[in-house]
Amino acid sequence: MIICKHVTAGYGKQPVLQDITLSFRPGEVMAVIGPNGCGKSTLLRTALGLLKPMSGEVCYDEVPIDRLSVREIARKAAFLTQSRDTPNIPVEKLVLHGRFPWLGFPRQYGKRDREIAKAAMESTNCLGLAEKMLPELSGGQRQEVYLAMTIAQTTKTLFMDEPTTYLDICNQLQLLQSARKAADEGKAVVMVLHDIPQALLFADRIALLQNGRLVLCDVPEKVAASGKIEEVFSVRLTSIETPEGVRYLCGL
Amino acid sequence: MVSKKKTVLVLFLLLLLLLLSCVCSICVGAVMFHPLQLFTESAGSAAGRILRYSRLPRTCCSVLAGASLAVAGAVIQNVLANPLAAPNIIGVNSGAGFMAAVCCALFPFGGGWIPVFAFAGALMSVLIILGISEGCGASRMTLVLAGVAISSLFSGATDAVVTFVPDALSGYTDFRIGGFRGVTMARLQPAAVLIGIGLVLVFLLVHEMDLLALGTETAQSLGLRVRPVRLLLLFAAAMLAGAAVSFSGILGFVGLLVPHMVRKLTGNSALPLLLGCALGGAALVTICDTAARSLFSPFEIPVGIVLSLLGAPFFLWLLLGNKRRTRA
Repeated sequence: MIICKHVTAGYGKQPVLQDITLSFRPGEVMAVIGPNGCGKSTLLRTALGLLKPMSGEVCYDEVPIDRLSVREIARKAAFLTQSRDTPNIPVEKLVLHGRFPWLGFPRQYGKRDREIAKAAMESTNCLGLAEKMLPELSGGQRQEVYLAMTIAQTTKTLFMDEPTTYLDICNQLQLLQSARKAADEGKAVVMVLHDIPQALLFADRIALLQNGRLVLCDVPEKVAASGKIEEVFSVRLTSIETPEGVRYLCGL
Repeated sequence: MVSKKKTVLVLFLLLLLLLLSCVCSICVGAVMFHPLQLFTESAGSAAGRILRYSRLPRTCCSVLAGASLAVAGAVIQNVLANPLAAPNIIGVNSGAGFMAAVCCALFPFGGGWIPVFAFAGALMSVLIILGISEGCGASRMTLVLAGVAISSLFSGATDAVVTFVPDALSGYTDFRIGGFRGVTMARLQPAAVLIGIGLVLVFLLVHEMDLLALGTETAQSLGLRVRPVRLLLLFAAAMLAGAAVSFSGILGFVGLLVPHMVRKLTGNSALPLLLGCALGGAALVTICDTAARSLFSPFEIPVGIVLSLLGAPFFLWLLLGNKRRTRA
């Protein structure tokens, strides 16, 4: 389990995150929400060791992150980044790259690696794309394929930075479903989301950030009832009883 | 869809092209030879001497220069994540040329040191570019502009050295445009060693290059130590470009043209791309060099001129043809 303890982090001298204490539990989908520039991405980057905290520490299974090598971190946490390059390579090869941190000496992907990659593609419903080249795919397919790569990394924690941005609604829901599946298999899934009703519906826990500080971290019902979402985003949050359960709506 | 079969076929065809161009390069010129004469002529005969001391070194030279510059170009484009980058554009070649000129001016008889000096010059340019790229977080465009500035700085410095020490570079035109006139096996050997080391290093790092192509953050989150790998790759690229410049002069364009052409055929996967660049670059320069010394034989023009005259229109056609197709 990855735990952030009193983490302050940022770029240059300006801290973006201040005194964040948060743990990412296995089997749980955590949604990180907050207004633009509140430090959501910075939180993910710090938790992944891509950014060194100014104070406080990030621990992976009780071990401080600065004692782990880049490779050891990659075996424990995967990252679906927001912006990526799309090289002209086959999908199959991209997904196999997820096995890189596990490569042994001859540095060739073996049979087991191929099996894991195949299973990962199956679980994100993109096995049919295996032979295609990356630039040929639509935005939604690309996201699925990259998700398969991070799943092939077989880490216990999976971070996703705005995975639903630029996707149409069906692709968004499919991606969230894949994330849920990963959590059900025991992974800790952490995702930055912008759609508040969606976050409240899908996540097990919500971490609400504002100006680099953690306002609240709790189950969706309590976060919705706390009134903090209205305060932070300056919107009105309405809950509606539907036959399928409680749904939320945001309005001005 | 670039299937494995197609990639293998492309590489095979490039290899065939390279072999063919080598045969042409040895046989065609002011005097024509039969390919087998290379083995049958005795070392004493006129034909044997031409083959051994003129044609063969030139063929080796063009193969080595083409392969190393094209691979260096592909590596630099990968590391800087910039398709516009190439050894001649970001100042690697001119840095190497400057140090080669300095070496000639300081040690008129130390010809063997030229590759080492040229490598140091290439490394200097590469490190400046990397510093700008990492230190200032410069955008891709800024990086290329900075490279152009560095390139012109070093060519100015080279001109200054040649102005003060006119003897520094005999055949300066050849050097500035790129040419193989008067190259000998002895001059080629130290550079060939550097190129060999550079190529081995690059081919050992194909896996890392594949990850780098996914972007810095993704590469690091997959367990790649991005900074040292980048440095190592640029170090190897500088070795390749520097060594090539030391005997061929500032042969531009191969490093930009060939990786773009090959990428269209093989995709971005590093191993086929680098293999294709090595074969294609070697073939292209060998063909151009053969043309350069046969077209107006017995006169010859520097290979750099032919390369630009043939390469530039072809590159434009490739570029614009692609634009048209995406628009249609």
